[in-house]
Amino acid sequence: MTKKANFLKGFLKENPIFVFLLGMCPALAVTSTFETSLGMGLLVVFVLTMSNIVIASVKQWIPNDVRTPAYIVIIATFVTVVKMLTEAYAVDLFNALGVFLPLIVVNCLILGRAEAFASKNNVVDSAIDGLGMGLGFTFALVVIGIFREFLATGGIMFGVYLPVTENPITLFSLDMIINLFDSGFHITEYGLKVFSLPPGAFIALGIILAILQFKKSQKDKKAAVAKMEMIAEKKKIALEKKKLAAQSLAKAGVK
Amino acid sequence: MSFTLFATAIISAMLINNVILMQFLGVCPFLGVSKKSSSAIGMSAAVLFVMVIASAITYTLYDLVLYQYGIPYISTIAFILVIASLVQFVEMFIKKTSKSLYKSLGIYLPLITTNCAILGVSEGNITNIWTSTLPYWDGLLLAVTTAVGTGLGFGLIMFAFSSIRERLDASNVPSAWKGVPISLVVAGIMSLAFLGLAGII
Repeated sequence: MTKKANFLKGFLKENPIFVFLLGMCPALAVTSTFETSLGMGLLVVFVLTMSNIVIASVKQWIPNDVRTPAYIVIIATFVTVVKMLTEAYAVDLFNALGVFLPLIVVNCLILGRAEAFASKNNVVDSAIDGLGMGLGFTFALVVIGIFREFLATGGIMFGVYLPVTENPITLFSLDMIINLFDSGFHITEYGLKVFSLPPGAFIALGIILAILQFKKSQKDKKAAVAKMEMIAEKKKIALEKKKLAAQSLAKAGVK
Repeated sequence: MSFTLFATAIISAMLINNVILMQFLGVCPFLGVSKKSSSAIGMSAAVLFVMVIASAITYTLYDLVLYQYGIPYISTIAFILVIASLVQFVEMFIKKTSKSLYKSLGIYLPLITTNCAILGVSEGNITNIWTSTLPYWDGLLLAVTTAVGTGLGFGLIMFAFSSIRERLDASNVPSAWKGVPISLVVAGIMSLAFLGLAGII
């Protein structure tokens, strides 16, 4: 596997949430807005990359029988670092994530990557794998977050939780389009509030997974049709060859 | 400490703040081990068992050790280590003492270490119940009560969901929704029903 393929595999082909259903708890719990999903994703990228690097570099000194507790302690150390940094520099995000920040420790994705990749590969590959898988996880969280926030409020806000801008800015809102025709309209009053509540999380993720499954079944169908066509064509060619052979044989017989 | 306080704690942990449908803790076993109702019951019994012991130990550890010596920030590392070794210990203990219990719970125990519900309840006990002035025994009782309620709520939802899922397998679902997507929508509708319980306390 090349380094580029190693990095890119986490986005679609081996996406932790959409394909393997790993780390579902944060995928449901912190995705009520775009920004909390982004924040959670970035924290996971940091923890996953750092723990992959450390585990790959110390793996030869860890006895095989106690490797899981050892990995968990390494991961928990980085989670504690991240927890303290978030509390110091982004306290709004810290409060919004709540108990799910320490729960990064038991995220199956991180222990899974440590077990499946970092314990078998060298440091550079493990770092690339952690970065790619983490960004794939972030990508999935952000997709769910945008979907839910858009349905719940009709727009996407930025700057509420992350300490990047002084005041929150609206990245996109349906108000911008509607106010061209009718001023004084507020889409937030008509949003589907349920999508920012727990039931909406399950339903939104269900809809996204159904769309992906539909696309995959379409692709499979297309592939099956293409295969059938190819087989039919080959049969045709074979038949023609047979005919030609029979003709030439007949000619030879006549002569 | 009155009876109503404990009743409120149990009802609130079991139904109102249901661990799966409202707090999203333990969603992995919820989707993974709920294909048959027998395995769902085994899993929830194991979770209830470990959750009660783990929250008692972690509360004690936090109150009597970590807080006393001024190192509460290390709680995540300490708790996960306690839970991992506790699960291993419980597994060995059950294996030695009761063969029949080991047969029914044994295969679910190793899965529990990475079950976020256990660590989530332990951390939640610290943030919601623990204060530096609360007497140790009162806090411990409340923490254990919350753990019992949470474990029962987990079992209730696991059992209900696995029964629904057994029926779902026999029904004619559109191919795009088959498997996990329709299960998530079913969970969403169950969650919507539990949202209605929010007003009872």
